[in-house]
Amino acid sequence: MESLTLSDVEQKYYSDLFVYCDTDNTKKVASNGRVLDLFRAAQLPSEVVLQITELCGATRLGHFGRSQFYIALKLIAIAQSGLPLRVESLNSVKDLPLPRFVVGKNEAEARHAALYQDTDSQGLYPASGAAVIPRPPGRGHQNKKATPATTSLPVHEVIQPLAPSIEPQPEPTSPVVSPHQSPPTSPHSWRKHKRQHSGGNVERQPVVAATGATWTHFREPQTGTVTGDGMWVSHSPPLPGQESWVSFTADTPPSSTLPAMHPSSVQESTTIRTVASAATTNEIQRQSSGYDDPWKITDEQRQYYINQFKTIQPDLTGFIPGSAAKEFFTKSKLPILELSHIWELSDFDKDGALTLDEFCAAFHLVVARKNGYDLPEKLPESLMPKLIDLDDSAEVPEPAADVGYSASPVEVTPNKSPSMPSLNQAWPEMNPSNEDTAIVHPVPIRMTPSKIHMQEMELKRTGSDHNHPTSPLLTKPPDLPEEAKLPASMKFVAANTVGDGYSSSDSFTSDQEPISRQRSQSGTSPEALKVVAPPPPPPRPHPSHSRSSSLDMNRTFAATAAPGQPQPSTIAYPPAVPPRPLPTQTSAPHTGHRVEAEAVPGGGAVLTTTSPQQIPQQPNFADFSQFQAFAASEQPSSLPEVDKHSEAGQVDKASEGAGPLRTVKSDGQADERVSATVNSAKGSSGPLGPPPKPVRRRLKSEDELRPEDEQHGPQKSNVIAAVLATQPSIPRSVGKDKKAIQASIRRNKETNTVLARLNSELQQQLKDLLEERISLEVQLEQLRPFSHL
Amino acid sequence: MAVCIAVIAKENYPLYIRSVPTQNELKFHYTVHTSLDVVEEKISSVGKSMGDQRELYLGLLYPTEDYKVYGYVTNSKVKFVIVVDSSNTSLRDNEIRSMFRKLHNSFTDVMCNPFHNPGDHIQSKAFDGIVSGMMVQTG
Repeated sequence: MESLTLSDVEQKYYSDLFVYCDTDNTKKVASNGRVLDLFRAAQLPSEVVLQITELCGATRLGHFGRSQFYIALKLIAIAQSGLPLRVESLNSVKDLPLPRFVVGKNEAEARHAALYQDTDSQGLYPASGAAVIPRPPGRGHQNKKATPATTSLPVHEVIQPLAPSIEPQPEPTSPVVSPHQSPPTSPHSWRKHKRQHSGGNVERQPVVAATGATWTHFREPQTGTVTGDGMWVSHSPPLPGQESWVSFTADTPPSSTLPAMHPSSVQESTTIRTVASAATTNEIQRQSSGYDDPWKITDEQRQYYINQFKTIQPDLTGFIPGSAAKEFFTKSKLPILELSHIWELSDFDKDGALTLDEFCAAFHLVVARKNGYDLPEKLPESLMPKLIDLDDSAEVPEPAADVGYSASPVEVTPNKSPSMPSLNQAWPEMNPSNEDTAIVHPVPIRMTPSKIHMQEMELKRTGSDHNHPTSPLLTKPPDLPEEAKLPASMKFVAANTVGDGYSSSDSFTSDQEPISRQRSQSGTSPEALKVVAPPPPPPRPHPSHSRSSSLDMNRTFAATAAPGQPQPSTIAYPPAVPPRPLPTQTSAPHTGHRVEAEAVPGGGAVLTTTSPQQIPQQPNFADFSQFQAFAASEQPSSLPEVDKHSEAGQVDKASEGAGPLRTVKSDGQADERVSATVNSAKGSSGPLGPPPKPVRRRLKSEDELRPEDEQHGPQKSNVIAAVLATQPSIPRSVGKDKKAIQASIRRNKETNTVLARLNSELQQQLKDLLEERISLEVQLEQLRPFSHL
Repeated sequence: MAVCIAVIAKENYPLYIRSVPTQNELKFHYTVHTSLDVVEEKISSVGKSMGDQRELYLGLLYPTEDYKVYGYVTNSKVKFVIVVDSSNTSLRDNEIRSMFRKLHNSFTDVMCNPFHNPGDHIQSKAFDGIVSGMMVQTG
């Protein structure tokens, strides 16, 4: 064999390879198996390998001595460079690139060589020293990097995805794929390529991308990794392979001097080692290359993350819930504490779920951590959701990260509020336009009955009344008193509330009920705006009562009664609400609510004006028989308005003017007057005061009331009949009703106040009476001292 | 600025406690422990209105000669206790409230972390950061 002159680089390289093949540590002979594997890894046709073997003399010798080995290596280099295999070329070929050996299955070596080829061979030599160096430093690097044992895992991961991409390699993948020799299907290779050209921009990408391959493979490589690491540390031979990774990924040519040879443990340890080495190489590369943003996610990585995201959440715009993310990231075998920190960094909006961006950031951080990167305290700018820049342009990471981070809080706050747990008291109003969380203002809904509402209710009620003329009305008393407990013959249900004020005079309600029913009937008469006769005021205390303001009123009434008819009507005002037109009034077709309204407010006027006419009619209030007759006679009469007015006035007066009227009646003068002025032939209504009067009179004597009650019965029915008669005329213009309703409301309120006052006065009188009784009883007992003995 | 900040779980064991290390930490731990009784008393007194929004901020639990202890309890019965120096008179009630609010928010973030199991010791760096910001800055 001719002498083989090797360059220093080659010398070193070959010696390394020989050492690698020297499994027996003979330092003399390389094991055939290893050598053959190495030759196979050279990716040369088998016949070429045979030729080389023959040429180098191994076949002759039967083994590979050092020289043969070296010759073989050189021939391999020649063959790989495409030169014909000639022994003469051993020394003649200048600038022969180092033989390339594929690591394990992959064309790592090929890539290696490609790397080598990429770089100027001239550059190689200056770097040969460095190339020589890288091995130990690479080893050292690798050792150092290997200590973060977790790095091996991601590298293994890196291998995985490459496996499918690199078909010719039956063995598990090797993370590093030569962009020149391997199909650039693997993103890693592409990245490597880029790295080579772009200056290490993607140093961690292959590892990263591979890491993302599948977590499921973690377990397998894990165990292997351990062994790999062990082997790694102990064996120098494995180093070349790893060093190849190192050199491979490194921009510097040194990588080329380290052929990756894993003839022996290709099956497992190779991959593992390559995994580890890939990780380390990435780091080395990172260190060697310019310090561009290490947190940048490249497109491949991002695509991989997106694919992983899809496996959990098909909707790319959706969220990954925290539990699913926890499971996913737990597979990475990172300590929970670190995962927790990663989560804190990546869950930008603190909503317990990961969006696509957040997920990519978290994934990237996991990969970085697995590669030995320390987790940052703050989320790097490139990982910010919304801020991830997919460009490969290197940027200043730190300041930009800070800037980005500081800018993010502005975005955080708006996002924080909606997604913050409910305990976030600091953001009560910060609801962005997110409709899901926007404060919805309750739309006010009218719950209180309005006039129209009341009218409708009234109409409904009156409508029902329509169908059931008399009996339902009579049967309704239980209901009506509830509503119109007052005597309040209010026009609408609203009036009932006023009536509640009257209910205080409970003692009178029983008697007032018929009256109130009458009133309510009138109130519920066809048109809701019907002016209902005001509830009969509480019965005024008997004039004989010793003290009571009502007595004064009685006196006044009596006094006023004396002056004449007009006065009672006027007097009737203060104590009672002015009489309202009877619903019967509206029954008249032409008596619109206007009429009623006019009648009501003009009740006073009516009273005054028609007082001569009405006052005499007042007794008719109590005299229901009169009323009935009157109504019966008046309805078809030709004096609808006036009579209706008068009727209404009668009813109203009966209810409200009862007090003074009662006193008047008690005096007897009113009775006379009333009877005198009765239009129709109505019986004397002496004992019959207005409906409320008997109720009031209950105070002084029931005897008087009883007959009155009896009379009230028929009178009530009369009134009811009258009311019913007016029902057909209920449908009237609502507009007029409104005003009438409002007017009646006012009147009713006035009635309310008056009656309330009366009530209080009566209560006071009651108390006085009770006190008197007690004092009398005491006296009685005192006078009967001996009875106790 | 607090001298000691503690987070106590519902079962009254500490989830997180940090005090200014210059002084006897055991004393603070003891103070926090005794303050739990006061907290229990305060939250039990409002038991009638369990459905209502109970006031989360408990205010000054009890003052010792050297320190004042403030309490805050969440709806899940997790208690925050802040011990401040009595000599620090510049601390107003509102400031204490804001401190509790920050603590609560940070605690919520920790709870949202799926990797954190409720009942575990709080090991969040963010939470540590917040607490550090509230502690007395000793030289």
